[in-house]
Amino acid sequence: MSVLVYTESEEGKIKKIALEAVSYAKGIADQMGTTVTAVSINANETSELGNYGATKVLQVSNDKLNKFNGEAYADVIGQAAKSEGAKVIVLTASANSKFLAPTLAVNLEAGYVPNVIALPESNTQFKVKHSVFTNKAFAFTEINTDIKIIGLGKNSFGLKENKTSATSEAFSANLDAHDFDMEIVSVDKATDQVTIADAEIVVSAGRGLKGPENWGMIEDLANTLGAATACSKPVSDMGWRPHSEHVGQTGKPVASNLYIAIGISGAIQHLAGINASKVKVVINNDPEAPFFKAADYGIVGDAFEIVPKLTEKLKEFKAQNA
Amino acid sequence: MKILVCISHVPDTTSKINFTDGDTKFDTNGVQFVINPNDEFGLTRAMWFKEKQGATVHVVNVGGPETEPTLRKALAIGADEAIRVNTTATDGFFVAKQLANVVKEGGYDLVIAGRESIDYNGGMVPGMLAKLTGANFVNTCISLEVDGDKATAIREIDGGKETLKTSLPLVIGCQKGLVEESDLRIPNMRGIMQARTKPLNVKEPVEANTETKTLAFEKPAPKGAIKLVDNVDELINLLHNEAKVI
Repeated sequence: MSVLVYTESEEGKIKKIALEAVSYAKGIADQMGTTVTAVSINANETSELGNYGATKVLQVSNDKLNKFNGEAYADVIGQAAKSEGAKVIVLTASANSKFLAPTLAVNLEAGYVPNVIALPESNTQFKVKHSVFTNKAFAFTEINTDIKIIGLGKNSFGLKENKTSATSEAFSANLDAHDFDMEIVSVDKATDQVTIADAEIVVSAGRGLKGPENWGMIEDLANTLGAATACSKPVSDMGWRPHSEHVGQTGKPVASNLYIAIGISGAIQHLAGINASKVKVVINNDPEAPFFKAADYGIVGDAFEIVPKLTEKLKEFKAQNA
Repeated sequence: MKILVCISHVPDTTSKINFTDGDTKFDTNGVQFVINPNDEFGLTRAMWFKEKQGATVHVVNVGGPETEPTLRKALAIGADEAIRVNTTATDGFFVAKQLANVVKEGGYDLVIAGRESIDYNGGMVPGMLAKLTGANFVNTCISLEVDGDKATAIREIDGGKETLKTSLPLVIGCQKGLVEESDLRIPNMRGIMQARTKPLNVKEPVEANTETKTLAFEKPAPKGAIKLVDNVDELINLLHNEAKVI
């Protein structure tokens, strides 16, 4: 009957969004009067899951699962759910969770709602609030199936400590040949950069920067803050920055704690994409730019003067507060 | 190769989002509907397969008669035939079941769908459709090559990309990057004229469960006023002491 949460790891280490998912699962388990079981695949160290409310961890160790595989991972999670008798499964908003969720939903005949931002309103009617229209609105959706799958929106619930001691047991799933129909030829991943998906702070720049050669100061600011870099649609369309940095309705959504927009006017599609971020800062020389209506803090002025100064002062601030 | 491109009929990205009937229905008043941008990247790639590899391209939408102009636009861009499953799209699973039926009857080798629609952001139809039809599946796809029944795809992962080898039948959930923005096509007059006489077949829906039901909508709370500062020291101070984000 427990609530099952899939706790993703990367290179054996549990990801922070997985801890947020455990915190959320604990909230649902409390409503239902049950406990949280986590399932992890090839994670080295899972004891910290107990700090957020998991009382049992199913550890899957299988060399065939070292690389992500939607079909096989969905089978593992589905079999874990069956063995636990779980009626609610919590996933994150990572690219891999969003990949496997529909497969899992079909396997378990479970209703699935992604981008959920709050606990169900009551335990009698399973109704969750989730973002729609790329954060321009929210919907309240009821899940009517016996097993329910929730995709938790990033940074929407937060980490909630809830110390329990988690017991750990080995779990092995039955995988068949069809699970490995797809062959991963190569993975190309910058390991030294913060990704937009995981970043607490995102520094984003737009056409106001005049050209790709001026991104050095954006990268300096991002490095100082330990932030990811992002950009507006025109910038990625013109090829100044890769598509993977494009933030907005047809690009990536950003749900960071702090979003700093430099030289971005704030088209409606861009604002939708960053709306789930907690605190927004705008730096723009045009006081009429729509972004000033959407941000929390702003400086009207020339980015080429302000950004290097901000980086320098932040370095001093970091040195003092280290 | 027979390709099916799934087309969602969605509000243009500049639309103001409002609701009616006590916040239970999307207000279509004054809203312009377009091909879902993620689907349009896929349609553009399908046109490439048609022109370079002789593929046949069909497009499909699950929706009422009001979605037909969107399907006609896809025909004007160059699709050979359109199919409309005549029903109201209630949830992702219901839509996937309708599409699975179209795929089974039409015998498609490759199904291209946007990673998600920009209205409800469900992102589940492509993956569910793959599972329901027993096809391979690649999500967040940003490159696709097909050679015989073999396919090579690149998918975006958090912080990078992954190259995969797989085989047809295949479903992809595609997104920006699959084609260049400059490759997107605006229908020309000849295409628009031809689209009028291309087949647009209306199919009746199959029985399927609705697993989830949206009961109400809500708009975000209005935003408080911005605090303008004139120097970076003050900004750092506010971010540290007031917003507590650094």
